[in-house]
Amino acid sequence: MTSRDLILARIRAAVGDAPDVEIPRGYRGPGAESDGLIEHFAERVRDYRAVVHVVDAAEVAAAIGDALARREAGRVVVPAGFPAEWLAESVIEDLTTVDAVVTTCAVAIAETGTIVLDAGDGMGRRALTLVPDYHLCVVRADQVVPGVPDALTRLDPVRPLTWISGPSATSDIELNRVEGVHGPRTLEVIISI
Amino acid sequence: MSQTFVGMPSFPKNAAIAVQDSQLRFNLRKATRTIRGKRASVVEELPDWAELRQAGKAIKDHTLRNLERYLVQMEAAVSAAGGTVHWAKDAEEANRIVAGLVKATGETEVVKVKSMATQEIGLNEALAVEGVTAYETDLAELIVQLGDDWPSHILVPAIHRNRAEIREIFLAKMADVPADLTDEPKALADAARLHLRERFLRAKVAISGANFMIAETGTLVVLESEGNGRMCLTLPETLISVVGIEKLLPAWRDLEVFLQLLPRSSTGERMNPYTSMWTGAVEGQDFHLVLLDNGRTDVLADEVGRQALRCIRCSACLNVCPVYERAGGHAYGSVYPGPIGAILTPQLRGMDTALDRSLPFASSLCGACYDVCPVAIDIPSVLVDLRAKARHPRTERIGMAAAGWVFNRSVRLARAQRFGGRMRKLIPKRLPGPMSGWTDTRDLPDIPQESFRAWWDRTEGGAR
Ligand code: SF4
Repeated sequence: MTSRDLILARIRAAVGDAPDVEIPRGYRGPGAESDGLIEHFAERVRDYRAVVHVVDAAEVAAAIGDALARREAGRVVVPAGFPAEWLAESVIEDLTTVDAVVTTCAVAIAETGTIVLDAGDGMGRRALTLVPDYHLCVVRADQVVPGVPDALTRLDPVRPLTWISGPSATSDIELNRVEGVHGPRTLEVIISI
Repeated sequence: MSQTFVGMPSFPKNAAIAVQDSQLRFNLRKATRTIRGKRASVVEELPDWAELRQAGKAIKDHTLRNLERYLVQMEAAVSAAGGTVHWAKDAEEANRIVAGLVKATGETEVVKVKSMATQEIGLNEALAVEGVTAYETDLAELIVQLGDDWPSHILVPAIHRNRAEIREIFLAKMADVPADLTDEPKALADAARLHLRERFLRAKVAISGANFMIAETGTLVVLESEGNGRMCLTLPETLISVVGIEKLLPAWRDLEVFLQLLPRSSTGERMNPYTSMWTGAVEGQDFHLVLLDNGRTDVLADEVGRQALRCIRCSACLNVCPVYERAGGHAYGSVYPGPIGAILTPQLRGMDTALDRSLPFASSLCGACYDVCPVAIDIPSVLVDLRAKARHPRTERIGMAAAGWVFNRSVRLARAQRFGGRMRKLIPKRLPGPMSGWTDTRDLPDIPQESFRAWWDRTEGGAR
C-alpha cells in the first residue's frame, strides 16, 4: 500500500460517518458599501509607516519624478508594461545594484492598507519588488476596493501573488514592530485620482 | 514528532524550574501583554468578527469531514500546474523524501522559511545527518538556531529572549556582525538583514511550510512579516513545501475568512506585511509539495479531539494563557507549546511518556484560550477529555477507586462520614507519603463534626 492510499484510507475510517457541516457566511462579503475609499486606504497604508501621496492622474509622472529625486535613486528598475507616460521602462539584470523599483499594482484594499501585485504588466517577476531597498507603487483609484473579500474576486489564483502591507517588518524582538528586515525597508505609494 | 524533546520530565517539573527564572517571566509578561493589547484592538475594529469566527470554524470542520476528496483535488490541481506531490505518512518518510529531493539537486545547503511542520518532524536534524545544512531565515528562528536554543512560541520562537540577550547571541555567533552592535531592535534587525543577504542570493533550494492550501486551485499561501519568506519562495530554483494535511481549504473564496482571522489573531495587525500565493511551478521554479500525516489521521479519528486540527497556528491562545505566561514554552517539551500544545502534542505523540501524559493537566481550565481562538477550538473541553484518557498516578487511582466504592452506596457514605467526624481531630494538616503531592499546594478541608444528612435526620431540617 502506498502512503497516499494509506493516508486516504485512514481519513475514510476516521470521518467516514461524521455529519457534514453547513458554512454560515454572515460576515461582510464582497460589494459592501463604503464612502471615502481613497482616504481610508491612504490612512491605513500610512499606519504601517509607509509614505503616501494622493495626486491627480495628470500629475503622476511628476510625483514619481519627485519621489525618486528625494530618494536620490540613480538606478531604477521599471518592469515591462509600466505606463510609458509615467516613466520609461528600464530593465536591470543585477537587482542587487538597484536603488529603487517602481511598479503598478493589481488591486488595493482599503480596510487593511494592502496592495497586491500579480506579476502582470508594470509589476514584473516577484524578485523585482523584493531585492531593491525602496519600492514605489502607483495605485489607480479604480483599483481600490473596500475589503479582503472584494480583492479576492478580482484576483487570479493562477498568477503568483504578493500581498504587501507596509514595508518589511519584524515583531520578533519583544513583540514590537520594527520596520525593515529583508524586503524593501521603504514603501512609498502614489494614489492616482 | 521531533526527537528533540525525548526524555524530558513532566510539565510540573519543568514549570517549577521555569518559574524560578525571573528574567524569563519578565520577558514573557512584557511580550504577551503587548501582543494581547494589539490583538484586542484590531479584533474590536471588525464589526463581523463573531461571524468570521463561526465561518472559520465551519469551513475547517467541513474540510476535515471531506478531507479525502479535497486532498485528491489538491493533488490534481498542483500536478496540473506543473508541481510534484508527495505523500508522507510519518516524520521519517517526510524527511526521507525531502532529503532525497535536496540531494538530487546536488546542493548541500538549503534556506528555510519558518515552518511548524518541519520543526515537528525534526527536518533540520535529519538533513544534517545526510550532510545538508539547513539555514533558518526567520529572525526569531535565527536567534534560536544561533543560540543553540529551543523554540518557545509558535509565532515568535525566541519570545523568551529580550533585546540584550539577542545582542549577546549575535555578537558571539554571527561571523559578520558589526563590532559596535547595540541592542536597539532596529540595529539587531539590520544585522540579521546583512547576515542573510548573501545566503538568500546564493541559495538554490528552499524549504517552506504553508499556512493554507486551496484544493480548488492548488494554491499555496504563506503569511510572513520580514521578507525572508519571499526571498526563499521566489529566488531559489527548487522549492519544497512540507504541509500538514489539515492545512487545506476547499475554495479560493475561503481565504476571505482566513486572511482576516489570522493576521489579527497572531501579530495583532490588520494585515501582515507580506503574503505570498503561488500555484504549482511558477517563474521557472521546480516545485514539490510534501503532504504530511504524522499522527494527524489519528487525531481526526477522535470525535472530541479532532477539533484541534482546525488550528491555524495563530498563537493567540498562548498569549492569553496564564499558565504559559508563567511557565514559558520550553516546559511543554514540544514544538507546540501553550494551550494548543497541551491538546495537540498528546494526541499527535500519544500519552506514553510522563511528559505527554502531564500536558492535559497544564491548564487551569480558565477558558481564555477558547475565547480568543479564531476557529473556536474548545480547548478546555478537549483538555478534560484527554485528562480522562490519561493514566493517572497510582495513589490517585487507588484513592479514586476507594472514593468510588464509598460514594456508590449511601450506607457506606453515611458510615464513612460518621467515622470521619469522630476521627477529625486526628487527621493531620499535611498528608504523608505519596499523598503529600495533594497537600503541598492545598489545605486539607476541615471535616465537620456531623454531616448535613445526619444533621437533617436529627433535626428534621432544623424544625426541632
Ligand atoms: S488553538 Fe486557536 S488560538 Fe491557539 S494557535 Fe490554534 S487557532 Fe490560534
